[in-house]
Amino acid sequence: MDTATNNPPVLEVRGLTKRFGGLTAVKNLNLDLRGGEIFGLIGPNGSGKSTAMKAIMGIERPSAGEVIFQGENVAGLPAHKIARKGFGMVFQHSRPLNRQTVLENIMVALLPDSLLMFFADKALTERAEWIANRVGLGAVMHRRPPTLPFADLRRLELAKAIARDPKVVLVDEPFAGLTLAEVGAFSELIRSFRDEGRAVLLVDHNVKSVAALVDRVLAMYLGEEIVTGRADEVMRNETVRRVYLGGAIETHARPETSFEDRVPFLQVENVSVFYGKAQALDNVSIHVHQGEFVSVVGLNGAGKTTLFNAISGFLPYSGEILRDGERLRGTSPARIARTGIVQCPESRELFGEMSVRENLDLGGQHLSDEDREKQLAWLFELFPILKERQGQMAQTLSGGEQQMLAIGRALMMQPKILILDEPTLGLAPVILEQLSKALERLRQTTQITVLLGEQNVTFALPHADRVYVLEHARIVWEGDPGRFAVEAGAGYL
Amino acid sequence: MLDFFKSRLFFVSLAVVIIAATLPLYVSGYVLGLLTVAYYFGVFAMAWDLLFGFAGEVNFGPTFLIGVGAYTAGILNNQYGWSVYLCILLGALASVIAGFVLALPALRVRGPYFGLTTLVAVLMLQNFVVVFADLTGGEIGLTIPDVISIDAGVNYWIALGFMTISAIVLYGLSQSPIGLVLQASGQDPVQAGALGFNIVKHKLAAFVVSAFFSGLSGALLVFYFGTASVGTVVDVAVGVNVIVAAVLGGRRTVLGAALGAIFLIVAGEFLRPTGELATFIVSAVALLVVLFFPGGFLGAALSREAR
Repeated sequence: MDTATNNPPVLEVRGLTKRFGGLTAVKNLNLDLRGGEIFGLIGPNGSGKSTAMKAIMGIERPSAGEVIFQGENVAGLPAHKIARKGFGMVFQHSRPLNRQTVLENIMVALLPDSLLMFFADKALTERAEWIANRVGLGAVMHRRPPTLPFADLRRLELAKAIARDPKVVLVDEPFAGLTLAEVGAFSELIRSFRDEGRAVLLVDHNVKSVAALVDRVLAMYLGEEIVTGRADEVMRNETVRRVYLGGAIETHARPETSFEDRVPFLQVENVSVFYGKAQALDNVSIHVHQGEFVSVVGLNGAGKTTLFNAISGFLPYSGEILRDGERLRGTSPARIARTGIVQCPESRELFGEMSVRENLDLGGQHLSDEDREKQLAWLFELFPILKERQGQMAQTLSGGEQQMLAIGRALMMQPKILILDEPTLGLAPVILEQLSKALERLRQTTQITVLLGEQNVTFALPHADRVYVLEHARIVWEGDPGRFAVEAGAGYL
Repeated sequence: MLDFFKSRLFFVSLAVVIIAATLPLYVSGYVLGLLTVAYYFGVFAMAWDLLFGFAGEVNFGPTFLIGVGAYTAGILNNQYGWSVYLCILLGALASVIAGFVLALPALRVRGPYFGLTTLVAVLMLQNFVVVFADLTGGEIGLTIPDVISIDAGVNYWIALGFMTISAIVLYGLSQSPIGLVLQASGQDPVQAGALGFNIVKHKLAAFVVSAFFSGLSGALLVFYFGTASVGTVVDVAVGVNVIVAAVLGGRRTVLGAALGAIFLIVAGEFLRPTGELATFIVSAVALLVVLFFPGGFLGAALSREAR
């Protein structure tokens, strides 16, 4: 580390900016990366960190700024040229060639960008074998990817990224979907890249998960740098704490005993879900009482959306999900929604080319004209901005307005349970406050039951009666929001 | 690569080719004629599979490439009386150039738009043929003065030899490092780019190779028929048959595509007594195979061997 700081940087990013239409995803980002250093690029969902990495790699063309690799500006070059200069990228999602063996998959990464290579030579095979052993795939190199466990597929991604001996290795969410034991093994591998003198750039959601691994961290929020420094410095930084944990949180929890239903309204019992080989939910049990506001807090990839999709009937699962004591398995998603479990998905899923009013009317389709008018009037009281925007096309709304519309449309279905999946995703703080107030009013003026999934703790805690913490597919904490910061908060920096 | 010469697929293919080569000694000219057409069709389907199965690009217009090759060769022979072999070669070259000009802009658009572009190209070619009837023979068809040979056996051997050579080249290419890069580009273009591969270059090369074999085969076919017409080498329905043949035989197998083509042509002929029903029956079989054996004939056979 000390010797590393004296070297000139291998990679210098200066004023990197990426705009998508009117949205600025990355704003004037600066960072230096030295050989033999692991650098973390950290930020909550929608903060622009992944876009920044793609812009460095050339997958997204930067709108402005320089990416200087060993003195040469590579910004604006296509990805394949940047890769050939000495960059390797580890993708979060692996799509290997399923008809080829692991070894052949690694060999692909070693091939030259030439149309005249008709036969792979022996040296190439030997090099591929060496790499397979290097990342711990030695025992399975002659097998085909579909027969491998999830962690080995991630190893294959690492192998491909380092195949051509890159100077800079970019890693997108190194630990997504891995078990704790596997996280240890992968940390060791990434450290060994550093020890070979490579510069490693990690992108992840929170500081804690990579704190033990990184030399320096840059925390970003809404496309901009907040602070750069050692992991512990960054975790102590006031702004970082506010972004992740919020200030002093005032909670208004009602004790669980105050809810009168003897059998909880919604019960999720020992539910497990697999996506192929990756386990997304591991024996999860939660319950929600009638009229209760329950928050499920968890980082990206913890399994929140999977949990909600299982409840909504979109996914096959083991275990049981009961509403009012009745099993939901076998009920169609449409029927589940109609009978009162309404989900407002993370991706919002608005009908973009329909007006605000049409979106809301669709939500209230099953109501009589009179009831629909009444529900609409009530909704406009809750979200006055939607009344003003009635005639506007949904896709032209701002992010915050779109979120309000998504919630509004769900409310038009007169849900018994409203499931909100990451409503704060990518929204500015001022919008969060408006949403927060609306939720507060919802809680105070109606009997509605709410199940909220969030990684933004500031938003999830104030309204909650009870909180669950979901981590690596498991519920690891349950309790009163007032105790959260003390007992479980450290994981959210 | 060397493993291939020890694989069962190699010995089976070798045996099939040897048996096929002896057919003119004991089957009728009628059967030979049928198989000759089927073999040229087999090359169409193999060339198509290189694009779809490996580069991951659906070319809805295989007949654009075939038609350009066929008509260029035919028109040159008809207008100038140049030698058959020169015309065939120029036909293949014309197809390569046309393919390149079409693919260069088309590969820059993503997803279904590439396929739509190729489809429009077929319709344009079809219109061109009809409008410039003086040159192309229009809807009646173009008469071609020369033929390669009038002997059914010789024609058959040429078609078989041509299909065999095409199969060796196309299959070899698909199994070579270039084939691997093509597959990677087809499966995940972003990642292939990040691994340092110029995807457009590789896909363009695949398109050019596909165009060469399609055009060559198209040109050979018209010199066998002695006529070129929209209905035999340009029509969208012909293109659909090529696609069905490739999918039926097995995506990403190259060799399977030839099997599929031979099956389609031969089955169509055998069912001819059923009249209009023939097309229906063949289509129904194709549909069933696609629904229940998405790997196709060869895909199903190979996966059983792998297991």
